[in-house]
Amino acid sequence: MSNFWSAWIIVLTLGLLFVLIWLLRWNMKNYTDIDEGQEMDHEFDGIVEVNNPLPKWWTYLFWACFAWGFVYLALYPGLGKFDGLLGWKSSNQDVQSLAESRAAMKASKDDGSIVQYDREVRDAEEEFGPIFEAYAQTPIQELIKNEDALEVGQRLFLQNCSQCHGSNAMGGRGFPNLTDDDWLYGGTPHDIKTTLLNGRQGNMPAWGEQFSDQEITELANYVASLSGRERDPELVAAGKKNFAVCSACHGPNGKGNQQLGAPNLTDNVWLYGGSIATIEETLHYGRNGVMPAWKDILGEDKIHVVSAYIYSLSHDE
Amino acid sequence: MSRVKHEFVEKNLGWLSVLMIIAVSIGGLVEITPLLFQSQVQEPVKGLKPYTALQLEGRDIYMREGCSNCHSQMIRPFRAETERYGHYSLAGESVWDHPFLWGSKRTGPDLARVGGRYSDDWHYVHLMNPRNVVPESNMPAFPWLAENTLDGAYTAKKMEALRTLGVPYTDEDIAGAKEAVQGKTEMQALIAYLQSLGTALKRADNE
Repeated sequence: MSNFWSAWIIVLTLGLLFVLIWLLRWNMKNYTDIDEGQEMDHEFDGIVEVNNPLPKWWTYLFWACFAWGFVYLALYPGLGKFDGLLGWKSSNQDVQSLAESRAAMKASKDDGSIVQYDREVRDAEEEFGPIFEAYAQTPIQELIKNEDALEVGQRLFLQNCSQCHGSNAMGGRGFPNLTDDDWLYGGTPHDIKTTLLNGRQGNMPAWGEQFSDQEITELANYVASLSGRERDPELVAAGKKNFAVCSACHGPNGKGNQQLGAPNLTDNVWLYGGSIATIEETLHYGRNGVMPAWKDILGEDKIHVVSAYIYSLSHDE
Repeated sequence: MSRVKHEFVEKNLGWLSVLMIIAVSIGGLVEITPLLFQSQVQEPVKGLKPYTALQLEGRDIYMREGCSNCHSQMIRPFRAETERYGHYSLAGESVWDHPFLWGSKRTGPDLARVGGRYSDDWHYVHLMNPRNVVPESNMPAFPWLAENTLDGAYTAKKMEALRTLGVPYTDEDIAGAKEAVQGKTEMQALIAYLQSLGTALKRADNE
């Protein structure tokens, strides 16, 4: 803040306070020639103005407010560049990046200054940090036996994950069910945690330009037949011929590939729906399933707990 | 004894008005005016990028549909908020927002850092009908966004206007604006805008 604006604020703030004090004093004296309690010679519609002083209790409150104002301005930042005797700040508003924010938080801790937000976070970290640290050091297979950890995980899940996967984690169209044994990118604790940390980008290419509508119908029928559904054998046989191009990701048997997030096509679990029309749509236009990365939002310790909660959904004791 | 009497301000409307205007403007003069000249409200945070043409159109749709009536874009420095939404909002993140859309009401969640939090597909499904993904939601559906297409007739002009306010658009940005949005749906534009929200800090951190 420049000296000019600092002076501007100080002069206006203190000036206003002194003007108000003067105004109050001005209004406390009887400058009329009329005695207290006498009529002011001002009447309207039968209502008469009487020369009464300001109520005492009211003026005392006013004086108390002035006193409070000066104390406040002395303790807290209010007068331009003056930081106040307490050195109090609400937060580090002058930072320009997360790195600067972290540095400012560390600095306020080291020099003991009162940055209210930093203190709030630090207090919470002291209380909850050790709990999350203990969870983070427990392998997920062990952690799912800890009811408290699962409750914490569920809270975090409801807050951050349920918008897509549903509050019961059973997913929806385009958003995987997390309670079954079918995993696009693998269901080991490590796989789940990796998915949460870094996100995933599923990419089913669109084949609408490569294949004719007839060929897509044939392929859809073949894909449906892979999970044991009865389809027209002619269409299935015709579709099989073109499946080679699909097997690059889904494998020659259509069992999928968790390295690529290519779904298993033989288990009758359908992320976008398993009707022939929907499979045709998937083939024609492709799909882009995106799982966002949560590392920056939740941090690794919390992700560990959420991973345990998710792992527990398909691993009952 | 001749003194200024109360009667004087009570019976001279001109003076009463002048004194009233002075009284009510002091607060603004002290709290708002100096802030306009502070570096923290003028300097962009590291990693801040001007909205692309498509994001800019999406922002206008956000305003048109009144999203800010229910969604704030202002994370306050309280742990209860930062745990849910991420780092509190910084003035430097809004320096190129004209007007800013901080909002003041949260019927829905804060959106200041919604960028990257959900997939594009999720936003599409959610805007078509929020209850398809969040059964408890009371947010209205916005299905017409998927049908309306943009023609980009005013996109370049909007960017020029913003440039005069200090948003660093290049001549190429403005020349390519129409092409960048033409034929895109309002849905695509809005999703592009939402996905950009609050990503500057993260971007600066990763670079």
